[in-house]
Amino acid sequence: MTAPAIDARAERSQQELRQLRRRLMLTLRYVALIIFAILFLFPIAWSFINSIKLPSEALAVPPTYLPSQISLKNYEELTTYGKIGIAQHVYNSTVVALITVAGSVILSTLGGYGFARFDFPAKNVLFVMVLSTLMIPFQSILIPLFVMIVRIDLHDTLFGLSLVYITFQLPFGIFLMRNSFLAVPHEIEESALLDGCSSLSILYRLMLRLVLPGIVTVAIYAFINSWNEFLAALIFMSDQDNFTLPVFLTTIRYGIWGDVNWGALQAGVIVSIIPSLVIFLALQRYYMDGLMGGAVKN
Amino acid sequence: MHKQTALLNLSWEQRRKLTGLLFVLPTVAFVTVFFIIPLIMTIYMSFHDWPLFGERAHIGLENYQELGKDRQYLKSLDFTFRYTALVTPPIFILGFILASLVRRNIPYIGIFRTIFFLPVVIGLGVSSLLWVWMLDDRIGVFNKILLDLNLVPKAQLFLGRPNTAMNVIILSVVWKTVGFTMILLLAGLQAIPDELYESAEVDGAGYFRKLIYITLPLMRRFIALALILSVIGSVLSFDQFYIMTRGGPRNSTISIVFWIFNNSFTYFKMGYGAAMSIVLLGILVALTGLQLYVLREKD
Repeated sequence: MTAPAIDARAERSQQELRQLRRRLMLTLRYVALIIFAILFLFPIAWSFINSIKLPSEALAVPPTYLPSQISLKNYEELTTYGKIGIAQHVYNSTVVALITVAGSVILSTLGGYGFARFDFPAKNVLFVMVLSTLMIPFQSILIPLFVMIVRIDLHDTLFGLSLVYITFQLPFGIFLMRNSFLAVPHEIEESALLDGCSSLSILYRLMLRLVLPGIVTVAIYAFINSWNEFLAALIFMSDQDNFTLPVFLTTIRYGIWGDVNWGALQAGVIVSIIPSLVIFLALQRYYMDGLMGGAVKN
Repeated sequence: MHKQTALLNLSWEQRRKLTGLLFVLPTVAFVTVFFIIPLIMTIYMSFHDWPLFGERAHIGLENYQELGKDRQYLKSLDFTFRYTALVTPPIFILGFILASLVRRNIPYIGIFRTIFFLPVVIGLGVSSLLWVWMLDDRIGVFNKILLDLNLVPKAQLFLGRPNTAMNVIILSVVWKTVGFTMILLLAGLQAIPDELYESAEVDGAGYFRKLIYITLPLMRRFIALALILSVIGSVLSFDQFYIMTRGGPRNSTISIVFWIFNNSFTYFKMGYGAAMSIVLLGILVALTGLQLYVLREKD
């Protein structure tokens, strides 16, 4: 054999070795990914599994791993749980979330358009004022908010709670919508402006379609945040009939209605997880856009 | 009538100005009523004895003076900072590991990214309800698994002792929030050009050299952002303690927001709660200032 042939063979085995190592690393990566995925999914899966056990089995000590019998009894029990059953609380949460979504979308779209396309006195001051809301989380101004909501007679109403939620969606919404409008080329409006269209009809007929992704993102965040929020909902609602879902579930956990019904609680957990999960999975792209746009901004 | 003619007489430019102002007016009104005024009211209330009902009285700095004597308040400050110091490293380290694992666009990687991110869209309140049940000494799955594997001699009261309570709450919060940190760090990792690593490999650099000389310096803005957002979130934490331990055992898990909540909405000492809120506000503004400073544009 000649020298070059040996070199070539050595080269080839080197290459094979490298390829083998790469394949091994890739396999290890997948193994790690799968292990982490199981750990991350476990709590949700476990909650779901227990929610479909028979109520008696869901209370078993020690717990069973798999249900001996599949049953929707826990969900059924929820419908009559507490004073009024879960349906009212799902309704409360839904109303609050929908008002928050509508309010955030309308205000952010109008405001974002105003800040992006118009010049007016004190524009920068007002913009900074809106964004400064980001720096000061609502936890630190809850007390006067509560006093004020009581004063304007919106205490213990779904509408009052929604107003507070809308306010705290606004900095994010305004920031995102302003950027969405800024990304639309000026030429698109110019001809319409020359034709004498009003600003509102330009916004409605022309721009809305173009900034739709931004609107979807604002809506998703408004929904998920208001659906999940706990502290303000706990403070602003005093009548149990008005409790949102997370606050209602906490009353189960504290056994306000008798012994802690863990099976029903897990059914409730699943009920409250599903809407956020479905919206997130269906519209993940918009959610992530918002996360990157929203988080990297400040 | 007079006003209307004045409106019609406005030049095109003036009308544009007015229109713009009208567009932002609703937002400005909301922010004024539900943010600016409450913010000013917090300061005002903090100088008052302010019960929910009945007479309120101006008491100057008394609320602030009381803070120094309030042992639970000092304990809560200490607890909140300790919790923040303990929860941040695991979130960050696991977030970094996950971001590194999902970095390359290998087949099915999107599914894994989604799975790791899922808990982020679940509410902290609901996730706390899920975890408090899994951690229960009688019907909790953790004790079941540990007992079945003979890792513990008897069921553990995880939430019943201050140390273990802190640890298991941290575990639950890491699960719930690490996906968010992962995504931020992933964005940072993906912003680093591959060529840098390739040339470093040619020079014979190993994993840790690449990490220290390329990865970490180039993504420091993303790291700073992830750290500060996570710190701010931890300083403001409430749900997990309210739901999982109710502040116990022996009032050892009462965070600042929890103590403000108790004073303001259980004892209805709202003026005192406002004074504590002002201190909290100071801490948060300082943290945000730090964030802006670290993230300022330079290079």
